[in-house]
Amino acid sequence: MKPAPFEWHAPASLAEALALKAAHGEEARFLAGGQSLVPAMNFRVAQPAILVDLNRVAGLDSVVEENGALRLGAMLRHARLERDATAARTHPILAEALHEVAHPQIRNRGTIGGNLSHADPASEMPAVMLALDARFGLRNAAGEREVAAADFFLGPLTTALRPDEMLTEIRLPALPPRSGTAFLEVARRQGDYPMMGVAAVVTLDAAGMCIAARIACCSAGPTPVAAPRAAAALLGTRLGEADIAAAAELLRDEVEPLGSVQASAGYQRHLAGVLARRALLLAKGRAA
Amino acid sequence: MTQRVPVTLTVNGTEFRREVEPRLLLSDFLRHEIRLSGTHVGCEHGVCGACTIRLEGAPVRSCLIFAVQADGMSIATVEGLAPARGQLSVLQQAFQDAHGLQCGYCTPGILMTMSAFLEENPTPSEDEVRHALSGNLCRCTGYQHIVDAVLLAARRLRESV
Repeated sequence: MKPAPFEWHAPASLAEALALKAAHGEEARFLAGGQSLVPAMNFRVAQPAILVDLNRVAGLDSVVEENGALRLGAMLRHARLERDATAARTHPILAEALHEVAHPQIRNRGTIGGNLSHADPASEMPAVMLALDARFGLRNAAGEREVAAADFFLGPLTTALRPDEMLTEIRLPALPPRSGTAFLEVARRQGDYPMMGVAAVVTLDAAGMCIAARIACCSAGPTPVAAPRAAAALLGTRLGEADIAAAAELLRDEVEPLGSVQASAGYQRHLAGVLARRALLLAKGRAA
Repeated sequence: MTQRVPVTLTVNGTEFRREVEPRLLLSDFLRHEIRLSGTHVGCEHGVCGACTIRLEGAPVRSCLIFAVQADGMSIATVEGLAPARGQLSVLQQAFQDAHGLQCGYCTPGILMTMSAFLEENPTPSEDEVRHALSGNLCRCTGYQHIVDAVLLAARRLRESV
Protein backbone atom coordinates (compact mmCIF):
# COMPACT_ATOMS: atom_id res chain seq x y z
CA MET A 1 0.00 0.00 0.00
CA LYS A 2 2.00 2.92 -1.26
CA PRO A 3 -0.16 6.05 -1.47
CA ALA A 4 -0.71 8.14 1.67
CA PRO A 5 -4.20 7.84 3.18
CA PHE A 6 -6.95 9.92 1.62
CA GLU A 7 -10.68 10.30 1.84
CA TRP A 8 -12.39 8.88 -1.23
CA HIS A 9 -15.55 10.21 -2.82
CA ALA A 10 -17.10 8.74 -5.94
CA PRO A 11 -20.01 11.03 -6.83
CA ALA A 12 -22.53 9.96 -9.45
CA SER A 13 -23.18 13.41 -10.84
CA LEU A 14 -21.14 16.34 -12.06
CA ALA A 15 -23.00 18.70 -9.70
CA GLU A 16 -21.97 16.57 -6.72
CA ALA A 17 -18.37 16.41 -7.91
CA LEU A 18 -18.17 20.18 -8.34
CA ALA A 19 -19.79 20.77 -4.94
CA LEU A 20 -17.14 18.57 -3.31
CA LYS A 21 -14.36 20.48 -5.05
CA ALA A 22 -15.94 23.80 -4.09
CA ALA A 23 -16.07 22.66 -0.46
CA HIS A 24 -12.50 21.31 -0.31
CA GLY A 25 -10.56 23.40 -2.85
CA GLU A 26 -6.84 22.59 -3.10
CA GLU A 27 -7.18 19.82 -0.50
CA ALA A 28 -9.10 17.76 -3.02
CA ARG A 29 -7.99 16.40 -6.37
CA PHE A 30 -10.16 15.09 -9.15
CA LEU A 31 -9.28 11.51 -10.12
CA ALA A 32 -9.93 10.89 -13.82
CA GLY A 33 -8.05 8.02 -15.49
CA GLY A 34 -5.37 8.14 -12.82
CA GLN A 35 -2.50 7.37 -15.17
CA SER A 36 -0.51 10.42 -14.02
CA LEU A 37 -2.01 11.16 -10.60
CA VAL A 38 -1.80 7.62 -9.21
CA PRO A 39 1.91 7.19 -10.07
CA ALA A 40 2.52 10.53 -8.33
CA MET A 41 0.55 9.23 -5.34
CA ASN A 42 2.46 5.95 -5.36
CA PHE A 43 5.66 7.97 -5.08
CA ARG A 44 3.91 10.16 -2.48
CA VAL A 45 4.87 13.18 -4.57
CA ALA A 46 1.14 13.86 -4.55
CA GLN A 47 -0.69 13.40 -1.24
CA PRO A 48 -4.19 14.77 -1.75
CA ALA A 49 -6.30 14.66 1.41
CA ILE A 50 -9.41 14.03 -0.62
CA LEU A 51 -9.93 12.30 -3.95
CA VAL A 52 -13.04 13.11 -5.97
CA ASP A 53 -13.24 10.12 -8.28
CA LEU A 54 -14.95 11.05 -11.55
CA ASN A 55 -15.20 7.53 -12.92
CA ARG A 56 -18.82 7.11 -11.83
CA VAL A 57 -20.03 10.47 -13.05
CA ALA A 58 -22.38 9.77 -15.93
CA GLY A 59 -22.41 11.71 -19.18
CA LEU A 60 -18.86 13.03 -19.22
CA ASP A 61 -17.54 10.81 -22.00
CA SER A 62 -19.50 11.68 -25.12
CA VAL A 63 -18.33 12.52 -28.63
CA VAL A 64 -20.74 14.97 -30.27
CA GLU A 65 -20.33 16.17 -33.84
CA GLU A 66 -22.02 19.23 -35.29
CA ASN A 67 -21.16 20.22 -38.87
CA GLY A 68 -17.64 18.90 -38.51
CA ALA A 69 -17.04 20.53 -35.12
CA LEU A 70 -16.48 18.16 -32.24
CA ARG A 71 -17.32 18.28 -28.54
CA LEU A 72 -15.47 15.75 -26.42
CA GLY A 73 -16.38 14.87 -22.86
CA ALA A 74 -13.47 15.17 -20.47
CA MET A 75 -13.75 11.57 -19.22
CA LEU A 76 -13.47 10.14 -22.71
CA ARG A 77 -10.77 7.51 -22.48
CA HIS A 78 -7.88 7.71 -24.92
CA ALA A 79 -8.55 4.24 -26.31
CA ARG A 80 -12.16 5.13 -27.12
CA LEU A 81 -11.28 8.41 -28.78
CA GLU A 82 -8.51 6.68 -30.70
CA ARG A 83 -11.10 4.31 -32.20
CA ASP A 84 -13.97 6.75 -32.58
CA ALA A 85 -15.23 6.74 -36.19
CA THR A 86 -16.65 10.27 -36.00
CA ALA A 87 -13.44 11.78 -34.67
CA ALA A 88 -11.46 9.83 -37.29
CA ARG A 89 -13.50 11.55 -39.99
CA THR A 90 -13.58 15.10 -38.61
CA HIS A 91 -10.17 15.33 -36.89
CA PRO A 92 -7.93 12.41 -37.89
CA ILE A 93 -4.96 13.99 -36.11
CA LEU A 94 -6.51 12.92 -32.79
CA ALA A 95 -6.07 9.20 -33.44
CA GLU A 96 -2.71 9.77 -35.10
CA ALA A 97 -1.38 11.51 -32.00
CA LEU A 98 -3.15 9.24 -29.50
CA HIS A 99 -1.37 6.27 -31.05
CA GLU A 100 1.84 7.79 -29.61
CA VAL A 101 0.41 8.50 -26.14
CA ALA A 102 1.99 5.97 -23.77
CA HIS A 103 0.86 2.36 -24.26
CA PRO A 104 -2.44 0.60 -24.99
CA GLN A 105 -2.88 -0.32 -21.30
CA ILE A 106 -2.48 3.32 -20.30
CA ARG A 107 -4.80 4.51 -23.05
CA ASN A 108 -7.48 2.11 -21.82
CA ARG A 109 -7.69 4.16 -18.60
CA GLY A 110 -6.28 7.60 -19.37
CA THR A 111 -8.75 10.33 -20.30
CA ILE A 112 -8.47 13.31 -22.61
CA GLY A 113 -9.60 15.75 -19.91
CA GLY A 114 -7.23 14.34 -17.32
CA ASN A 115 -4.35 14.44 -19.76
CA LEU A 116 -4.99 18.10 -20.66
CA SER A 117 -5.55 19.15 -17.03
CA HIS A 118 -2.28 17.48 -16.05
CA ALA A 119 -0.59 19.80 -18.59
CA ASP A 120 2.65 17.94 -19.01
CA PRO A 121 4.55 19.96 -21.63
CA ALA A 122 5.98 16.73 -23.06
CA SER A 123 2.51 15.31 -23.62
CA GLU A 124 1.17 15.07 -27.17
CA MET A 125 -2.46 16.12 -26.80
CA PRO A 126 -1.92 19.65 -25.43
CA ALA A 127 0.09 20.48 -28.56
CA VAL A 128 -2.59 18.92 -30.76
CA MET A 129 -5.18 21.11 -29.01
CA LEU A 130 -3.16 24.24 -29.84
CA ALA A 131 -2.86 23.18 -33.47
CA LEU A 132 -6.63 22.55 -33.66
CA ASP A 133 -7.43 25.87 -31.96
CA ALA A 134 -9.44 24.02 -29.31
CA ARG A 135 -11.52 25.72 -26.64
CA PHE A 136 -12.12 24.20 -23.21
CA GLY A 137 -15.25 24.35 -21.10
CA LEU A 138 -14.27 24.86 -17.45
CA ARG A 139 -17.03 24.39 -14.88
CA ASN A 140 -17.47 25.12 -11.24
CA ALA A 141 -20.58 24.85 -9.09
CA ALA A 142 -21.68 28.32 -10.23
CA GLY A 143 -21.40 27.83 -13.99
CA GLU A 144 -19.08 27.56 -16.96
CA ARG A 145 -16.45 29.65 -18.67
CA GLU A 146 -14.72 28.91 -21.93
CA VAL A 147 -10.97 29.26 -22.34
CA ALA A 148 -8.91 28.89 -25.51
CA ALA A 149 -6.27 26.15 -25.42
CA ALA A 150 -3.70 28.91 -26.02
CA ASP A 151 -4.71 30.54 -22.70
CA PHE A 152 -5.11 27.30 -20.74
CA PHE A 153 -1.55 26.01 -20.49
CA LEU A 154 0.42 28.34 -18.20
CA GLY A 155 3.49 26.29 -17.28
CA PRO A 156 4.68 22.77 -16.51
CA LEU A 157 1.72 20.99 -14.84
CA THR A 158 0.04 24.39 -14.46
CA THR A 159 -3.20 25.49 -16.10
CA ALA A 160 -5.78 28.24 -15.93
CA LEU A 161 -8.05 25.94 -13.88
CA ARG A 162 -9.11 27.50 -10.59
CA PRO A 163 -9.22 25.33 -7.46
CA ASP A 164 -12.99 24.84 -7.76
CA GLU A 165 -13.03 24.15 -11.50
CA MET A 166 -13.03 21.09 -13.72
CA LEU A 167 -12.27 20.86 -17.42
CA THR A 168 -15.48 19.21 -18.58
CA GLU A 169 -15.55 19.61 -22.34
CA ILE A 170 -13.09 19.98 -25.21
CA ARG A 171 -14.43 21.88 -28.24
CA LEU A 172 -12.75 21.51 -31.60
CA PRO A 173 -13.80 23.77 -34.47
CA ALA A 174 -14.51 22.09 -37.80
CA LEU A 175 -11.58 21.85 -40.18
CA PRO A 176 -12.41 23.75 -43.37
CA PRO A 177 -12.54 21.88 -46.70
CA ARG A 178 -9.12 21.06 -48.20
CA SER A 179 -7.52 20.88 -44.77
CA GLY A 180 -4.80 18.39 -43.94
CA THR A 181 -3.34 17.47 -40.57
CA ALA A 182 -0.37 15.49 -39.31
CA PHE A 183 1.28 14.59 -36.03
CA LEU A 184 4.83 13.25 -35.88
CA GLU A 185 7.20 12.67 -33.00
CA VAL A 186 10.54 11.15 -32.14
CA ALA A 187 10.78 9.18 -28.91
CA ARG A 188 13.50 6.82 -27.74
CA ARG A 189 10.98 4.00 -27.60
CA GLN A 190 7.37 3.64 -28.68
CA GLY A 191 5.21 5.05 -25.89
CA ASP A 192 7.90 7.12 -24.20
CA TYR A 193 7.44 10.85 -23.91
CA PRO A 194 8.76 12.35 -27.12
CA MET A 195 12.02 14.21 -27.39
CA MET A 196 10.07 16.39 -29.83
CA GLY A 197 6.62 16.23 -31.38
CA VAL A 198 5.00 18.42 -34.03
CA ALA A 199 1.31 18.86 -34.86
CA ALA A 200 0.53 20.61 -38.15
CA VAL A 201 -2.76 21.76 -39.67
CA VAL A 202 -2.93 23.41 -43.11
CA THR A 203 -5.80 24.56 -45.31
CA LEU A 204 -5.56 25.15 -49.06
CA ASP A 205 -7.83 27.10 -51.38
CA ALA A 206 -9.18 25.61 -54.61
CA ALA A 207 -6.04 26.71 -56.45
CA GLY A 208 -3.75 24.97 -53.96
CA MET A 209 -2.67 28.12 -52.10
CA CYS A 210 -2.21 27.86 -48.33
CA ILE A 211 -4.85 30.03 -46.64
CA ALA A 212 -4.49 28.82 -43.06
CA ALA A 213 -1.80 27.04 -41.04
CA ARG A 214 -1.27 26.18 -37.40
CA ILE A 215 1.71 24.36 -35.94
CA ALA A 216 2.38 23.39 -32.33
CA CYS A 217 5.06 21.32 -30.62
CA CYS A 218 5.39 19.22 -27.47
CA SER A 219 8.58 18.73 -25.44
CA ALA A 220 9.42 22.16 -26.81
CA GLY A 221 9.24 24.39 -23.72
CA PRO A 222 7.47 24.83 -20.37
CA THR A 223 4.07 24.51 -22.10
CA PRO A 224 2.99 23.18 -25.48
CA VAL A 225 4.51 25.68 -27.89
CA ALA A 226 2.74 27.17 -30.89
CA ALA A 227 4.78 28.41 -33.83
CA PRO A 228 2.80 31.34 -35.23
CA ARG A 229 5.69 32.85 -37.21
CA ALA A 230 6.42 29.60 -39.02
CA ALA A 231 2.71 29.18 -39.72
CA ALA A 232 2.36 32.77 -41.01
CA ALA A 233 5.27 32.23 -43.40
CA LEU A 234 3.27 29.50 -45.15
CA LEU A 235 0.28 31.69 -45.96
CA GLY A 236 -0.02 32.57 -49.62
CA THR A 237 2.51 29.91 -50.65
CA ARG A 238 1.75 26.68 -52.47
CA LEU A 239 3.54 24.75 -49.71
CA GLY A 240 6.41 23.89 -52.00
CA GLU A 241 9.48 22.19 -50.56
CA ALA A 242 11.29 25.52 -50.24
CA ASP A 243 8.32 27.22 -48.54
CA ILE A 244 8.07 24.40 -46.04
CA ALA A 245 11.82 24.31 -45.44
CA ALA A 246 11.78 28.07 -44.73
CA ALA A 247 8.91 27.69 -42.25
CA ALA A 248 10.66 24.77 -40.55
CA GLU A 249 13.75 26.96 -40.18
CA LEU A 250 11.64 29.65 -38.47
CA LEU A 251 10.05 27.04 -36.22
CA ARG A 252 13.44 25.90 -34.97
CA ASP A 253 13.84 29.34 -33.42
CA GLU A 254 10.31 29.52 -32.06
CA VAL A 255 10.56 26.43 -29.85
CA GLU A 256 12.26 26.69 -26.45
CA PRO A 257 13.29 23.11 -25.65
CA LEU A 258 14.80 22.63 -22.22
CA GLY A 259 17.10 19.72 -22.99
CA SER A 260 17.13 16.48 -20.99
CA VAL A 261 19.31 13.45 -20.36
CA GLN A 262 17.88 11.97 -23.56
CA ALA A 263 18.35 14.94 -25.85
CA SER A 264 20.19 18.25 -25.67
CA ALA A 265 18.22 21.40 -26.41
CA GLY A 266 20.16 21.72 -29.66
CA TYR A 267 19.19 18.23 -30.78
CA GLN A 268 15.55 18.90 -29.83
CA ARG A 269 15.66 22.05 -31.97
CA HIS A 270 17.07 20.04 -34.84
CA LEU A 271 14.29 17.48 -34.45
CA ALA A 272 11.70 20.27 -34.41
CA GLY A 273 12.87 21.47 -37.81
CA VAL A 274 12.99 17.99 -39.33
CA LEU A 275 9.60 16.95 -37.92
CA ALA A 276 7.96 20.24 -38.92
CA ARG A 277 9.14 19.77 -42.50
CA ARG A 278 7.87 16.19 -42.63
CA ALA A 279 4.58 16.97 -40.86
CA LEU A 280 3.84 19.92 -43.15
CA LEU A 281 4.53 17.84 -46.27
CA LEU A 282 2.28 15.11 -44.95
CA ALA A 283 -0.47 17.58 -44.03
CA LYS A 284 -0.25 19.18 -47.46
CA GLY A 285 -0.60 15.80 -49.17
CA ARG A 286 -3.65 15.01 -47.05
CA ALA A 287 -5.23 18.40 -47.82
CA ALA A 288 -5.06 17.96 -51.55
CA MET B 1 -10.48 6.99 11.70
CA THR B 2 -9.47 5.21 8.52
CA GLN B 3 -12.15 5.03 5.90
CA ARG B 4 -12.99 1.46 4.92
CA VAL B 5 -15.11 0.69 1.90
CA PRO B 6 -16.91 -2.57 1.16
CA VAL B 7 -16.11 -3.88 -2.32
CA THR B 8 -17.23 -6.82 -4.41
CA LEU B 9 -14.94 -7.84 -7.23
CA THR B 10 -15.36 -10.73 -9.60
CA VAL B 11 -11.93 -12.18 -10.33
CA ASN B 12 -11.65 -14.96 -12.91
CA GLY B 13 -15.35 -15.65 -12.44
CA THR B 14 -15.27 -15.88 -8.63
CA GLU B 15 -16.81 -13.17 -6.46
CA PHE B 16 -14.75 -11.72 -3.62
CA ARG B 17 -16.09 -9.37 -0.93
CA ARG B 18 -13.72 -7.38 1.25
CA GLU B 19 -13.59 -4.14 3.20
CA VAL B 20 -10.59 -2.11 2.14
CA GLU B 21 -8.95 1.26 2.55
CA PRO B 22 -9.45 3.47 -0.51
CA ARG B 23 -5.70 3.73 -1.00
CA LEU B 24 -5.30 -0.02 -1.54
CA LEU B 25 -4.08 -0.54 -5.09
CA LEU B 26 -5.86 -3.18 -7.14
CA SER B 27 -2.51 -4.97 -7.59
CA ASP B 28 -2.17 -5.27 -3.81
CA PHE B 29 -5.80 -6.31 -3.46
CA LEU B 30 -5.17 -9.19 -5.84
CA ARG B 31 -1.92 -10.27 -4.22
CA HIS B 32 -2.58 -9.69 -0.53
CA GLU B 33 -6.33 -9.71 -0.02
CA ILE B 34 -7.29 -12.62 -2.25
CA ARG B 35 -3.85 -14.18 -2.49
CA LEU B 36 -3.56 -14.32 -6.27
CA SER B 37 0.14 -13.61 -6.57
CA GLY B 38 0.39 -14.35 -10.28
CA THR B 39 -0.08 -10.66 -10.94
CA HIS B 40 3.42 -9.31 -10.47
CA VAL B 41 4.38 -5.90 -9.20
CA GLY B 42 7.43 -4.33 -10.81
CA CYS B 43 7.70 -0.58 -10.82
CA GLU B 44 4.40 0.40 -9.19
CA HIS B 45 4.19 3.54 -11.28
CA GLY B 46 2.78 2.32 -14.54
CA VAL B 47 5.93 1.88 -16.57
CA CYS B 48 6.82 -1.83 -16.54
CA GLY B 49 3.49 -3.52 -17.27
CA ALA B 50 4.16 -6.53 -15.01
CA CYS B 51 0.91 -5.90 -13.11
CA THR B 52 -1.29 -5.79 -16.24
CA ILE B 53 -4.69 -7.39 -15.68
CA ARG B 54 -7.93 -7.20 -17.67
CA LEU B 55 -10.62 -4.93 -16.25
CA GLU B 56 -13.95 -5.54 -17.96
CA GLY B 57 -11.89 -7.13 -20.73
CA ALA B 58 -9.47 -4.25 -21.28
CA PRO B 59 -5.81 -4.63 -20.26
CA VAL B 60 -4.89 -2.03 -17.63
CA ARG B 61 -2.17 -1.47 -15.03
CA SER B 62 -3.47 -2.81 -11.73
CA CYS B 63 -0.96 -0.58 -9.88
CA LEU B 64 -2.65 2.56 -11.24
CA ILE B 65 -6.18 1.85 -10.05
CA PHE B 66 -7.54 1.59 -6.55
CA ALA B 67 -9.42 -1.56 -5.58
CA VAL B 68 -12.43 0.53 -4.57
CA GLN B 69 -12.66 1.80 -8.15
CA ALA B 70 -13.09 -1.74 -9.41
CA ASP B 71 -16.08 -2.39 -7.14
CA GLY B 72 -18.70 -4.33 -9.08
CA MET B 73 -16.35 -5.00 -11.95
CA SER B 74 -15.03 -8.13 -13.54
CA ILE B 75 -11.30 -8.79 -13.54
CA ALA B 76 -9.20 -11.40 -15.31
CA THR B 77 -5.72 -12.30 -14.07
CA VAL B 78 -3.10 -14.74 -15.31
CA GLU B 79 -4.49 -17.41 -12.98
CA GLY B 80 -7.62 -17.53 -15.13
CA LEU B 81 -5.93 -18.12 -18.48
CA ALA B 82 -5.44 -21.88 -18.37
CA PRO B 83 -8.53 -23.94 -19.19
CA ALA B 84 -7.83 -26.39 -16.34
CA ARG B 85 -5.21 -27.31 -13.77
CA GLY B 86 -2.18 -28.83 -15.48
CA GLN B 87 -3.08 -27.36 -18.84
CA LEU B 88 -1.99 -24.23 -20.62
CA SER B 89 -3.89 -21.86 -22.88
CA VAL B 90 -2.81 -21.67 -26.52
CA LEU B 91 -0.97 -18.43 -25.76
CA GLN B 92 0.77 -19.87 -22.71
CA GLN B 93 1.76 -23.01 -24.62
CA ALA B 94 3.20 -20.85 -27.41
CA PHE B 95 5.32 -18.97 -24.84
CA GLN B 96 6.67 -22.28 -23.59
CA ASP B 97 7.31 -23.65 -27.09
CA ALA B 98 8.93 -20.49 -28.44
CA HIS B 99 10.98 -19.86 -25.27
CA GLY B 100 9.12 -16.58 -24.74
CA LEU B 101 10.37 -16.17 -21.19
CA GLN B 102 13.48 -16.51 -19.14
CA CYS B 103 13.03 -15.35 -15.56
CA GLY B 104 9.29 -15.06 -16.12
CA TYR B 105 8.69 -12.01 -13.97
CA CYS B 106 7.17 -9.97 -16.79
CA THR B 107 5.29 -12.90 -18.30
CA PRO B 108 1.91 -12.62 -16.51
CA GLY B 109 1.57 -9.00 -17.60
CA ILE B 110 2.58 -9.83 -21.15
CA LEU B 111 0.12 -12.74 -21.31
CA MET B 112 -2.74 -10.53 -20.14
CA THR B 113 -1.83 -7.81 -22.64
CA MET B 114 -1.45 -10.26 -25.49
CA SER B 115 -4.57 -12.31 -24.73
CA ALA B 116 -6.61 -9.14 -25.30
CA PHE B 117 -4.53 -8.10 -28.29
CA LEU B 118 -5.03 -11.41 -30.12
CA GLU B 119 -8.79 -11.26 -29.56
CA GLU B 120 -8.84 -7.85 -31.17
CA ASN B 121 -6.30 -8.61 -33.88
CA PRO B 122 -6.15 -12.34 -34.76
CA THR B 123 -3.84 -11.74 -37.73
CA PRO B 124 -1.19 -9.36 -36.45
CA SER B 125 1.98 -8.38 -38.27
CA GLU B 126 5.27 -8.47 -36.41
CA ASP B 127 5.18 -4.65 -36.20
CA GLU B 128 1.73 -4.72 -34.64
CA VAL B 129 2.87 -7.28 -32.07
CA ARG B 130 5.85 -5.10 -31.18
CA HIS B 131 3.61 -2.05 -30.78
CA ALA B 132 1.17 -3.98 -28.60
CA LEU B 133 4.12 -5.19 -26.54
CA SER B 134 5.55 -1.70 -26.04
CA GLY B 135 3.91 -1.27 -22.65
CA ASN B 136 5.50 -4.38 -21.15
CA LEU B 137 9.16 -4.38 -20.18
CA CYS B 138 11.22 -7.56 -20.27
CA ARG B 139 14.82 -7.37 -19.12
CA CYS B 140 15.85 -10.91 -20.14
CA THR B 141 14.83 -11.98 -23.59
CA GLY B 142 15.45 -9.09 -25.92
CA TYR B 143 11.80 -9.52 -26.97
CA GLN B 144 12.46 -11.60 -30.10
CA HIS B 145 11.23 -14.84 -28.54
CA ILE B 146 8.23 -13.07 -27.05
CA VAL B 147 7.28 -11.74 -30.48
CA ASP B 148 7.83 -15.23 -31.94
CA ALA B 149 5.58 -16.71 -29.24
CA VAL B 150 2.76 -14.26 -29.91
CA LEU B 151 2.93 -14.85 -33.66
CA LEU B 152 2.98 -18.63 -33.05
CA ALA B 153 -0.08 -18.33 -30.79
CA ALA B 154 -1.87 -16.23 -33.40
CA ARG B 155 -1.18 -18.88 -36.05
CA ARG B 156 -2.34 -21.74 -33.81
CA LEU B 157 -5.48 -19.85 -32.78
CA ARG B 158 -6.35 -19.23 -36.44
CA GLU B 159 -5.75 -22.88 -37.33
CA SER B 160 -7.93 -24.08 -34.48
CA VAL B 161 -10.97 -22.08 -35.64
